Formats: sequence, structure tokens, C-alpha cells
Amino acid sequence: MTAVQDRAGTRAAARTRPRRVHPLIVVVVGAVIVVVLTYTLPPFRTYQLATVGAYLCVTAGLTVLTGLNGQLSLGHGALMATGAYTLALWQNRFNLLAVGILLAVLVTTAAGAVIGLAAARLRGPYLAGLTLAVAVVVPSITSTFDETFNSDQGLSVMLNPPPGSVTNEQWQAWLCWGGALLTVLVLALLTRGRFGRDMRAVRDDETAARLAGVSVARTQVWAFVVSAACAGLAGALFAVIAQSVSPGAFPLTLSLFLLMAIVIGGLGRLSGALIGAVLLVALPALAHEIGEAAGSQRLEGNLALTFFGVVLVVVMLAAPGGLASLRLPVKRRTPTR
Amino acid sequence: MKRTATVLAAVLLAAAGCSNSDGGGSSGSADTPGVTDTEVVVGTHMPLTGPAAAGYSKIAPATKAYFDYVNANGGVHGRKITYKIMDDGYNPANTQQVVRQLVLQDKVFAILNGLGTPTHSGVLDFLKTNRVPDLFVASGSRSWNQPDKYPGTFGFNPDYTVEGKILATHVKETYAGKKVCFLGQDDDFGRDSLAGIEKVLGPVAAKQSYVTSNPNVGPQIGALKAAGCQVVMLATVPGFTALSIGTAAKIGFKPQFVVTNVGSDPTTLAKSLGAAAPLLEGVVAANYLPLANDTANPWIQLYTKVNKEYNGGAELDNNVVYGMSVAYLFVQALQAAGKDLTRDGIIEAVEKGGFTGPALVPVRYSADDHSGYAGEQLTTIEGGVAKYFGKPYRTDDGDGAVEVYEAAAVAPPANGIPAA
Repeated sequence: MTAVQDRAGTRAAARTRPRRVHPLIVVVVGAVIVVVLTYTLPPFRTYQLATVGAYLCVTAGLTVLTGLNGQLSLGHGALMATGAYTLALWQNRFNLLAVGILLAVLVTTAAGAVIGLAAARLRGPYLAGLTLAVAVVVPSITSTFDETFNSDQGLSVMLNPPPGSVTNEQWQAWLCWGGALLTVLVLALLTRGRFGRDMRAVRDDETAARLAGVSVARTQVWAFVVSAACAGLAGALFAVIAQSVSPGAFPLTLSLFLLMAIVIGGLGRLSGALIGAVLLVALPALAHEIGEAAGSQRLEGNLALTFFGVVLVVVMLAAPGGLASLRLPVKRRTPTR
Repeated sequence: MKRTATVLAAVLLAAAGCSNSDGGGSSGSADTPGVTDTEVVVGTHMPLTGPAAAGYSKIAPATKAYFDYVNANGGVHGRKITYKIMDDGYNPANTQQVVRQLVLQDKVFAILNGLGTPTHSGVLDFLKTNRVPDLFVASGSRSWNQPDKYPGTFGFNPDYTVEGKILATHVKETYAGKKVCFLGQDDDFGRDSLAGIEKVLGPVAAKQSYVTSNPNVGPQIGALKAAGCQVVMLATVPGFTALSIGTAAKIGFKPQFVVTNVGSDPTTLAKSLGAAAPLLEGVVAANYLPLANDTANPWIQLYTKVNKEYNGGAELDNNVVYGMSVAYLFVQALQAAGKDLTRDGIIEAVEKGGFTGPALVPVRYSADDHSGYAGEQLTTIEGGVAKYFGKPYRTDDGDGAVEVYEAAAVAPPANGIPAA
């Protein structure tokens, strides 16, 4: 009797465990929400929405790399720059946006593969050092080959006006969220399957993973390549939003901000990447408003940094797993035991 | 994944919730954004923080101070001027963000004196699409002077080519037969300046360039020394002017330095050089506004008064003079545009030109010329203080001759506010 009850109990418990919604449904719902928002929000908010979408591409890729595979990258700002410059150079010659974005992703993926191959041999601080070097070298490349990249001044990006009666901001939001939702879908499908398991295994214990037949180096390289592709897409979208690319738009602080954002959001979770992307847009704006209210003109630029720091400390104390790990108190059925 | 969905929905709804419900003031001149019967709102983007903030961060507060002075005296056509200053840290990506906020959210009437070539280049198309007047850009790039492509954009500074031609004319007359070389910033600033110089002097003996992200000009200065340069013309921002002069002294290289207006504010330079400030003696530069240390000048007296009352008594340097002169020109434009203020109206008024003010030469604005001031006068540093010498020169960015401008400078109106 008890045995039967027990078995029934476990079966019930298994059934009440949160059922996984297929990522495709999430993405479709997300797309509907975005489209509705672009028709209801005022233009500036729509622009901010577009920026969140562009950030989501890179934070999603970075959170998979850092959270699931345990590799730290300080070079994702530079990978974004790679995508952005590729798009700018392409657009100014051929003006075919879709091909340009694809090309930006491909070129960044190739760059990611090169860095990833080196990165797979490095651990901890050495890996951070390598990616940091990548971030630092970007401005030097643009000034060394100033005929192509136009040095610090950067390039402007030729773009056609949006089709039909669509406003520029709506167009940007659709483009960015199209990229973001596609990224989220691909990453969700990838990380659910064998690749995700391999990455977690490598992160948790490399020796154990190797004993279980997982190729550590290959997993790490692939993780880097995938997240580089995401960064390249984000960079291309930023170039479209800003209509210009310059080394100043992709400074080292951007890479640090991205890392902070995914930590605050919740490492390794795509929902955390979304929260991080929202914070990247919201916190500087909030800092500006506070600065303005306080009548300070000089502090503003630094206020955003301070803000990120404070939020990071508070979140890490209150919710060590990041904001995405926070849960509303839900009444659970008491187990029948 | 379910959590992702919940978070996605929550975040997006929150974003929708905080959407602004401002309908925009529409009681004023024919529904012109930012204009009501009692107020006109204008905005700017400036580096208040970051590497370019030194000196430049004083411009916008000075402009605002002059507006406050005008407001306290009844405003323009009964309207008070509200000046929204946004910090972009000299980062083009931030400029995009803050200018959109100004135009789309704060609904400003115009963008005034947005600073920087790379930063402002990125928003030209956006401002054009939204038909926002883009007045008196704080940079000397020739990009602002494209009336066909950007009908609402006007420059303020004499463009770098005009400046290059005037400086080169002085070099040609004064240092005839000497070896002239050039060090410039690796962007439109340096290139346009060199173009002006070479129009007058022909090819220079040696040329070098630098980027702001690499604060080491040792190799460049070394190369100029090796080339045996006797006159070095600098198209540099203040930090790099100081760096170049300091580096040259360190390697025992003592050419005559001739510096563009952009990088020549003696207060900023002396601060950067610290104890080495005496190296600045004899440096030749150019300017077109009254010099901050010229206390006998009636404009400086006016600015000193405004600065004391409305700018918290900030140190009066050439950046403050610049900021207030921008404000004066904008008030002139507002007066000329008349009581019924519209965006097209102010562009027309500026195109009519004919403004006289603090500068030594007039602006060039017309329907087919949107560049800023038409010329400059040379200064030299003696006893740590910059002084004008000779006469003001006027020229254009093409093949026009460099000619002396004879008309005397005008005095400010008695109450310090331009009349309608």
C-alpha cells in the first residue's frame, strides 16, 4: 500500500515539476509582444527597445560561454566591433543590409574561432588576459589601417530608409529583436541538447568530462565560436542603429559592462541575459535622470558606473544567482509523505 | 524556458508601463516642437566626462549661463530659453542615444552646438529626417557645410581648411625659406587642416599624424626632428598640443610651433604642461573670439558679469567665451526668426546671415554656405598670456585668397542682449 502510494507520489511530483515550454513558443510570444510594443511605445522608447534587442544578442551568447562553459571573456566588445566594421565596410560598398549582417556574423565567427582555439589552451586569468588583449588592440588596428577604418573617427554606415510607412525606430526594433529572438532560439535549442550537457560537464569538472568521453577542447572552442557569432550579430545591429562605427563605440568598458550585466542578470540563463540587456539600457538612463535631478552636470558619466557597481553588490548579496534566480513566493503543494 | 518567457513578458510590459505620456507642448507657434508661448527648449550633446571633457565640459554650462541671463531679462519674444545638456562622453554611440532622447522624448526645438566631428557626424541623418534645426556645430569639419544634403545643419567654428590657409599665410610671410612640417590628428580635423596649409605653402617637408587613443607622440616628434623641421604646424587637440611641445623639448628639438585654434587655449595648455608651461612662450596660434584675458574688451566685461552671476563664477577661459558667444549668436537667430517661431523660420533667418557679434570676422551663413566664421586673427603667447597681433584675415575653404578684414569689431549692446 505504502509502496504503491509512494510510487504514485513520485509520479505526481514528476508531473508537477515545471514543464519545459518549447523555446519556439517563447520566441513567437516574444515576437508578438515586441511588435505590439513598437506600435504602442513612443519613438524614443521604441529606440531603447531596439537597443535592448541588440544587447540581448551579445549577452545571450556571453552568458552561454561564461555561465555554461565557464570561460571568461573580456573581448566581446572587440568581437562586436569586428561585426560592426564588417557591416559598415560592406554597406558602404554594396548597400545590401541582409547580406551585410550575415557577412558580419561569418567574419566574427571566423575571428572567434581563431581566438577560441587559443583560448581553449588557457585557463582563468590567462584567458582573461588574452581576451583583454583583443579588446585593447581594436583601436590600434583602426589607426594602423586608417585608409580602411578611418582611425578614431570611424566610418559612417550607409543605410536605406525603412520600407513603406514604417518609422525608423520601429524598423530598428524589428531588426534588432528579429536578431535577438533568433539568437535566443538557437542558443536555447543548442544548450538543451548534448552540446549544453557537454559544456556543463566541462565547466564542472574537466577531468570527469574527459573520462566520460567529452572532448574538452572541442567543446570550449565551439562555445567560443557560438558566442562570437552572437557578438558579431550584436555588433552589426549596433552599427545599423548608430549609423556609424568607431573604436570609441566599443571600448574596453563595454566588455566589462556586458560581463557585469550577465552576472547581475543571472549567469548561464537566457532570462538572465535579457535582464542584463535591459539593465544595460536602463541603468545609464536612470543615472542620467538622477544626475539631472541632483543638478549635477559633471558626475553623470561616472554615475552610471557607480550605479552598476552598487547594483552588482546588492544583487550578489541578495540573490547570488542573479536577478533571474529570484522567484516570487509560490505556494507549493506539500508532498504527500 | 518558462522562466525566460515570464521574465520576457514582465520586462517588456514594464517597459511599456514606463512609456512617457507627454503629448508635447503644442500651444505655441503652429505646433512647433519645443516651442510654447513662454518657452523654447533646445538641447546639446557635449563631453562632460571622459577623455575629451577637459576644457570642453565648460562650454555648455557657459552657454546655459548666458541663456539664464537673457531669461532673467525677459527672454526672447517673451520666451524663456531652456537648454538641455546631455553628456555623451565623446562616444558616438552615446551621442546617438542622447540626441534621440532630446529629439524624440524631450521634443527639443533644435540641437545647438553639438560637439565633435565623429560624434556629430553620426546624428546628421537622424536630425535631417526629423527636420530638426542643427545649429552651430562645435567643430570645424567641412561636413556641416552641405546645404544640399543637410539643409538644417550650420557650423560655428571657422573650418579647419580656412584656418590652415590663414596660419600658412603667416608662415609663408614670416618664416620664408624655412623647412615647414606638420603634425595632425588622424581624422577630418588633421586632413582638412593640412589641405588648407598645402593650398598656400605647397607640400610640407614632413607630415605626421597621431590618434587620441595613443598618448605618445615620441615617434612622430622624433621623425620631425630627424627631418630637420624649423617650423612645426600642429592640428592637435589641447592635450596633444601640450604633449607635442613637451616631447619636443625633451628631445632637444626647438622649432617654431604654429597651432590651430582648436588646440591653443593657453589656460588649458598651461594646466597640462604644469611646471613646463614656459615652453609655451612664442607659440603662434589663431582665434576669432575675444581672448578671455583681455579685460579691456567690452565683450569680456559682459561675459565676466554673466559668468559671475549665472555660472557660479567658473574660471573665465576661452571655453567660457566660446560657450557664451554661441549663446549670443543663437539669441540673435531667435530674434531674427521673429515672434512666430518655427523650425523653417529659424533656418531661413540664419541663412539670411548678417549677424555681427563678439567675433573679429562675421559668419558666412547664406543659402548656399552653411559654414561658420569666415576667418581668424593670429595670436602669440608672451609672458604666459596670449595676445592678438596683426590684422584679422578672411578666406574660404576653396581657392579664394586670404585677405585682410578691415572692419572694426562691434561693441555689445548696452544690456548685453541682441535686439530684434
